[in-house]
Amino acid sequence: MDMTPPPVPKLKLVMVGNGMAGVRTLEELLKAAPGLYDIAVFGDEPHPNYNRIMLSPVLAGEQTLEQIVLNSRDWYAEHGITLHTGSKVVKIDRRQRSVEAQDGTRAPYDRLLLATGSKPFMLPVPGADLPGVIGFRDIADVEAMIRAASEYRHAVVIGGGLLGLEAANGLMSRGMEVTVVHLGAWLLDRQLDEPAARLLQQNLEAKGLKFLLQKQTASLLPSAQGRVGAVQFRDGETVPADLVVMAVGIRPNTELAESAGLHCNRGLVVNDTMQTYDPRIYAVGECVSHRGTAYGLVAPLFEQAKVCANHLAEHGVARYVGSMTSTKLKVTGIDLFSAGDFAGGEGTESLVYSDAAAGSYKKLVLKDNRLVGACIYGDTLDGAWYFDLLREGTDVSQLRKTILFGQSHLGDSGHGSADRVAALPDTAEICGCNGVCKGDIVNAIRAKKLFTLEEVRAHTKASASCGSCTGLVEALLAHTVGGDYSAAPSKKPLCGCTEHSHDEVRAAIAGHGLKTMADTMRFLEWKTPDGCAKCRPALNYYLLCAWPNEYRDDAQSRFINERAHGNIQKDGSFSVVPRMWGGLTNPRELRAIADVAEKFKVPEMKVTGGQRIDLFGVRKEDLPAMWKDLSEAGFVSGHAYGKALRTVKTCVGSRWCRFGTRDSTGLGIKLEQMTWGSWMPHKYKLAVSGCPRNCAEATIKDFGVVCVDSGYELHVGGNGGIKVRVTDLLCKVETEEQVMETCAAFTQLYREEAHYLERTAPWVERVGLAHIQAKVVDNATNRKALAERFLASQKPAQIDPWKARSEGEAHHEFTPLAEIV
Amino acid sequence: MQTATVTQAETWISVGRIEDIPRQGARVVTTSTGDIAVFRTADDEVFALRDKCPHKGGPLSQGIVHGKRVACPMHDWKISLETGLAAAPDEGCAKRFPVRVVNGMVELSLASGSGCADH
Ligand code: SRM
Ligand SMILES: Cc1cc2nc3c(=O)[nH]c(=O)nc-3n(C[C@H](O)[C@H](O)[C@H](O)COP(=O)(O)OP(=O)(O)OC[C@H]3O[C@@H](n4cnc5c(N)ncnc54)[C@H](O)[C@@H]3O)c2cc1C
Ligand code: SF4
Ligand code: FES
Repeated sequence: MDMTPPPVPKLKLVMVGNGMAGVRTLEELLKAAPGLYDIAVFGDEPHPNYNRIMLSPVLAGEQTLEQIVLNSRDWYAEHGITLHTGSKVVKIDRRQRSVEAQDGTRAPYDRLLLATGSKPFMLPVPGADLPGVIGFRDIADVEAMIRAASEYRHAVVIGGGLLGLEAANGLMSRGMEVTVVHLGAWLLDRQLDEPAARLLQQNLEAKGLKFLLQKQTASLLPSAQGRVGAVQFRDGETVPADLVVMAVGIRPNTELAESAGLHCNRGLVVNDTMQTYDPRIYAVGECVSHRGTAYGLVAPLFEQAKVCANHLAEHGVARYVGSMTSTKLKVTGIDLFSAGDFAGGEGTESLVYSDAAAGSYKKLVLKDNRLVGACIYGDTLDGAWYFDLLREGTDVSQLRKTILFGQSHLGDSGHGSADRVAALPDTAEICGCNGVCKGDIVNAIRAKKLFTLEEVRAHTKASASCGSCTGLVEALLAHTVGGDYSAAPSKKPLCGCTEHSHDEVRAAIAGHGLKTMADTMRFLEWKTPDGCAKCRPALNYYLLCAWPNEYRDDAQSRFINERAHGNIQKDGSFSVVPRMWGGLTNPRELRAIADVAEKFKVPEMKVTGGQRIDLFGVRKEDLPAMWKDLSEAGFVSGHAYGKALRTVKTCVGSRWCRFGTRDSTGLGIKLEQMTWGSWMPHKYKLAVSGCPRNCAEATIKDFGVVCVDSGYELHVGGNGGIKVRVTDLLCKVETEEQVMETCAAFTQLYREEAHYLERTAPWVERVGLAHIQAKVVDNATNRKALAERFLASQKPAQIDPWKARSEGEAHHEFTPLAEIV
Repeated sequence: MQTATVTQAETWISVGRIEDIPRQGARVVTTSTGDIAVFRTADDEVFALRDKCPHKGGPLSQGIVHGKRVACPMHDWKISLETGLAAAPDEGCAKRFPVRVVNGMVELSLASGSGCADH
């Protein structure tokens, strides 16, 4: 007898509209809950899903139709999706829960996804229905334009926006004489201010386009053959036109939804979960109106897709809260970028750089020291950086003097000289960490249809390690796929396990008294049962920082280096770096280190860049015994492996140096004794120099002290490393006690506010020096409170992990479970 | 620590108690043919893989265990504990070994059973 139970019938999902937003939702859904649904897709175009954005390069002859297919018919088949192409859905029966196509095909649904996009708005002027008058929306339109270009001469594009200019440029490269008609006073008036638009117009005129600005179309006149022949304006003037492309705007395509009685208001209205007023019906894409906004760019639509998929997958935690968008024009040889409130106005100030001869213009709009808008013409490589500053609301007061010159000016080693990624040869190495060349990245983007920085990282590993080449990879992405695919979501979740950002997680831990990792994940509705390698270490740190006396550190949520208290090496062995207070040592200590090295046959020793000694190549099993000997000789762990206080570098100072103004070595030792053992969002380094010659390199440390005759300069937010950043001067103080208190307070503020894995340099840049000064320098009460919290949290932290382990703690970490011989 | 001698490759060898392995962690069993990592997940399932990442041989036993995966400590590839396969788009596979828990004892078999070959 067959005992297998009958298979549970799967839920039925029907999608109407086989375009970019809808199919992206299916892709996300298949990732989140494969096999949950039987899926059927209706699309009224005869093609599988293609990259609509790339219709412009196809029209310009830079790409072919085959190249822009995103999901081949095989893809649908592989995922068991029934695909109806050339099939327009004309009816939704919400009672019976089924849809019906024009050809009579019916499909029942449990959930329905509407992704019908939008339609070009056709000006309701006489003659608008003549042959030869089209929009610019789909493959059929492009094919009609290519055909017209081979038969006729005169084209008129109505609308000087992004779409209109791309259409005009394409028709011109196909040999037509093109006139662009625009109602506004300058081109791209929704994206550019007048000076930038003038530069653009000059540039396009030099390429051969003609422009008629502030012209209102009155009617389209027929030719002798009955096709469109001319455009007539309000002022009576006419221009010849064998082809008229209307690019004056788009309208959400809600015809079907409205016929089914779904609530529409300039778009099909959805809530934050992308659900329409009928709970079984979801909608994404350009057809949607979310909080009163209908988006017309893919980046926000892809965000919607992700949220919608989360709900279709019945995870039910994601919310879409709207997006900030930026735009670019895809006309080869023309670079423009705009985002936010570029026009400026009341309460804002503008920084403008203009070099008309070089065809370069930049306007940045600031409000309360934050960037609120940008409009760039010419060199747009820094667009992504400005967009980031804008979205993150970064305090840019420190950058004011140089911000116009872009990020390259800040000396990012992965960005600087390579201004023109487009000009780089394919063999140029982009990612030095993983040895990835430009050609590898471009090929992967093309072949695997990669959209985002994350995807490029996953597939090529470029910028997946130290991240310094991120800017270059983003630029390559933008150059290769066009559009603004790389635009990241408006809010960055901590990791894939949650929708919440770092700040939201920290606020919840503190505000709701969450004291364990399990409680935190439950309260914040984590999507995975026990997190991942990215969020667990972050949560562990946040909990430790918030509840220093109560939280029990979770070793299993720590990276191996912190779990084993040594740096793992490429061969699986470990390194041992004992703390040498302020770099000071003596014969007894050196002898003890030498004895340990001999006893445990340490293959190599080296003086580190942090003024102490590293013993390399130690077997994991030997660590506890070695630590025991070191501990007996008075050493504690140097935490060279941790997101923790590392070293305090010092110079000899007034003890010996003829220039020394104060006892920098002594002060360094005191600082190290106060701060050692504390866990941090990232590694944390201090230095004390005895005079402005600064031999301890204090001005590239997280917290640096430069002794001067009149006191102590305190510097913060510096680092050497991947992207060198010189510190900002926090303040000047007069006594050692003040140095100690300010150091404790600054350290604690960083511990309490920074995101996990954010070093002081990017943190200071993000929140602004003024914010830190307000809390640590200007407000004495707050400074004292911060310093006290730091010292209180140091009590349970200053237990030497090496000593504890040499006495048997976490014994299992260092011994095999069993030996099989 | 236990020491055991194998006579027959198929036999189950007791290697220790389940509590000896930390939850969301791993311990190493050394053998003459190389180390094996024995993992214990948050809900007490056990898995065993060759302690060598298919990427560049990193010790998987030292990684962070989450769900039924381990993140290699060297370059952060995610390896499935169930299949030994690297998560896409990375490609590669760590050899699996049969392992079970009987009355709280973890038993391992060196039978060259499932999954991909050693590398
Ligand atoms: C041992 C040492 C090199 C040496 O032989 O001198 C070293 C070794 C490593 N450094 Fe370093 N760094 C060492 C001083 C430095 C310095 C110099 C300094 O501290 O004055 C710098 C630049 C200053 C700075 O940090 O601002 C430095 C900047 C880095 C960076 C880049 C950090 C950045 O913010 O850009 C990394 C990568 C990271 O941390 O993500 C790094 C990472 C590493 C790692 C941990 C790489 C790794 O993850 O395995 C290396 C571990 C080797 C090992 O197994 O022990 N190391 N590293 C130095 C140990 C100092 C110590 O006594 O603790
Ligand atoms: C030429 C051009 C250039 C662009 N450039 C950019 C750019 O650089 N950057 C950017 O971010 N965005 C750009 N866009 C916009 C971008 O392409 C759209 O935002 C995106 O395609 C919208 O996705 P969607 O799924 O909502 O709609 P669509 O991709 O239009 O998909 C909707 C689909 O539904 C079908 N459909 C409608 N009704 C029915 C029905 N009743 N039954 C069956 N099928 C139906 C339609 O035929 C269509 O195939 C550009 C658009 C165009 C036209
Ligand atoms: S610079 Fe630092 S991280 Fe790079 S190889 Fe040298 S020690 Fe390692
Ligand atoms: S060795 Fe495991 S990820 Fe590289």
